[in-house]
Amino acid sequence: MKRYFFILLLFIFCAPAHAVLNIEITDGIEGSLPIAIVPFQWTGGVKLGDADVSSIVASDLARSGKFSPLPNKDLIAYPKEVEDIHFPSWKMTGVDHLVIGVVKQNGADDFQVQFRLFDVLKGEQLLGYSFAATRNSLRSVAHRISDYIIKNLTGLSGAFDARIAYVTARQTPGSAVSYLLQAADTDGFNPQNLLTSKEPIMSPSWSPDGKQLAYVSFERGMPEIFVHNIHTAKRELVSKFSGINGAPTWSPDGTRMALTLSKDGNPDIYILNLRDKSLKRITKHWSIDTEAVWMPDGQSLVFTSSRSGKPQLYRVAVDGDDRPQRLTFEGDYNANASVSGDGQTISFVNGEANAFRIAVLYLETGLVQILTEGPLDESPEFSPNGSMVLYASQYQGKPVLAAVSTDGRHKQRLVLSDGDVREPAWSTTRN
Amino acid sequence: MKNYLLILLMAITLAACDENVKPDTEGGDGSSSAGDTAQVGSVGADGSGSGQMLPASYDASAINDANSILAGRVVYFDFDSSNVGDDYVELIKHHGVYLASNPSVNIRLEGHTDERGTREYNVALADRRAQAVKRLLMFQGAASDQIAIISYGEEKPASLGHDESAWRLNRRAELVYQ
Repeated sequence: MKRYFFILLLFIFCAPAHAVLNIEITDGIEGSLPIAIVPFQWTGGVKLGDADVSSIVASDLARSGKFSPLPNKDLIAYPKEVEDIHFPSWKMTGVDHLVIGVVKQNGADDFQVQFRLFDVLKGEQLLGYSFAATRNSLRSVAHRISDYIIKNLTGLSGAFDARIAYVTARQTPGSAVSYLLQAADTDGFNPQNLLTSKEPIMSPSWSPDGKQLAYVSFERGMPEIFVHNIHTAKRELVSKFSGINGAPTWSPDGTRMALTLSKDGNPDIYILNLRDKSLKRITKHWSIDTEAVWMPDGQSLVFTSSRSGKPQLYRVAVDGDDRPQRLTFEGDYNANASVSGDGQTISFVNGEANAFRIAVLYLETGLVQILTEGPLDESPEFSPNGSMVLYASQYQGKPVLAAVSTDGRHKQRLVLSDGDVREPAWSTTRN
Repeated sequence: MKNYLLILLMAITLAACDENVKPDTEGGDGSSSAGDTAQVGSVGADGSGSGQMLPASYDASAINDANSILAGRVVYFDFDSSNVGDDYVELIKHHGVYLASNPSVNIRLEGHTDERGTREYNVALADRRAQAVKRLLMFQGAASDQIAIISYGEEKPASLGHDESAWRLNRRAELVYQ
């Protein structure tokens, strides 16, 4: 069964925190846990439309694919305190869990947010937290509440209080394409422009601490790799060898970077030590080797190689001389891996004839599952908790970002208000 | 009979005009026209292709002649392939002779792919397309330092659109004289 509904992220309130990406949940509500999120009571000030904490929590939970929040019209009461909750009545509505909360404004830029999560069947409180917040951090606090609730009820660590980086391309008639690197909250709010260029920008990759982005920029007439601190806007040019400087990804400890260089003749994988700038060659083959990503233990890389004639995924140890081990065997085109945080699943692009789709490979069983329909899906990226894969797709001929749950049941679309959007990168933490 | 001759003449003329500046019409992968760089050994012997004999040298001004084979500046490729087709081998040979006879001239080879497949893989693929053209140029005596390479992958399509008619125009290496 398909249901379509729009999460309320439209431009109702055009305050500074407007969204550049609108998110639509397009498929798969079934099998998710019913939960009631009572609109938080605001005291000491007027409710801020663009920081409606309980609505943000509800949309995060819906987007997780694990929950279906009860629509506000179906809420049977608006309890503010524990004493106000009549659990037997909530049981009748079919929800398993209930969230209540308060946003208290103590001063112009001084807020306090409290929330409580209850098990409706047992009539017990599962969680209760209070956060200090400023005007600008209210949305972030809401995402953190979502992460707490998801962690408590599913065991999955948080993914919503984070940032997503992506590249957009805008083609204005009669002039050249303009490329823009942006970072935004996971719901598309609080966009930050990091770099504008007339030349391509590619392959953004977050540092593990969420403070820096590595990317490829052609701004000086050739592809070069920069590391960009998103707080200070300070940039460092870290790779400018002759030929390709591409596909940067950070090691899990943040001290090294895997990248693709063609300085020695062919595209091969190298590791750049970010401290002493030393370079170590990892692959040496006449074919294409590129798109290296790290396994979570930092001991090996998964990369794309055409050494068998067609692009396939391989795994190679970072230390030692072992030959790369081939991971994918079905199909003519398997490329651009992203590894889940637990190291058990790899998402990648699977190409058959003219259809390029997002697939997952379960390393333990070798099983491959196709998650999307294509025809031009690319750039898969696991959410930090591994429950979703974010990717670039096309919708009605327009490039969009999309997300799919790893079981393929739950899908959503992130539509940019104007221009192409591509190459999403999901930070593991907000910083 | 006269009509036949006329049509034949037109066909030949059209074919001559089109040569080397249009992509493979068959498109897709597995095309039979995909040559291998190893075939370069049989320089100009087959006479297929350009209709212009490969000269021993070119004047510097030849590059500005719109009627010269040197006016062809784009080499097209099959999907996921960096093999240069026979027609384009012929075109590149002429550019190689031009560069060899004009050592002060520099060229930039820009590699491109269509939008299918992954972005960084396409950068690598487009680089190999430009490298394949470079090797053919050098085989004719062009010097390595006359030739710069930049690979854009799928980032700069020549034709927007999401089907083979656009894709075949985007799988290319462009020869840009500096």
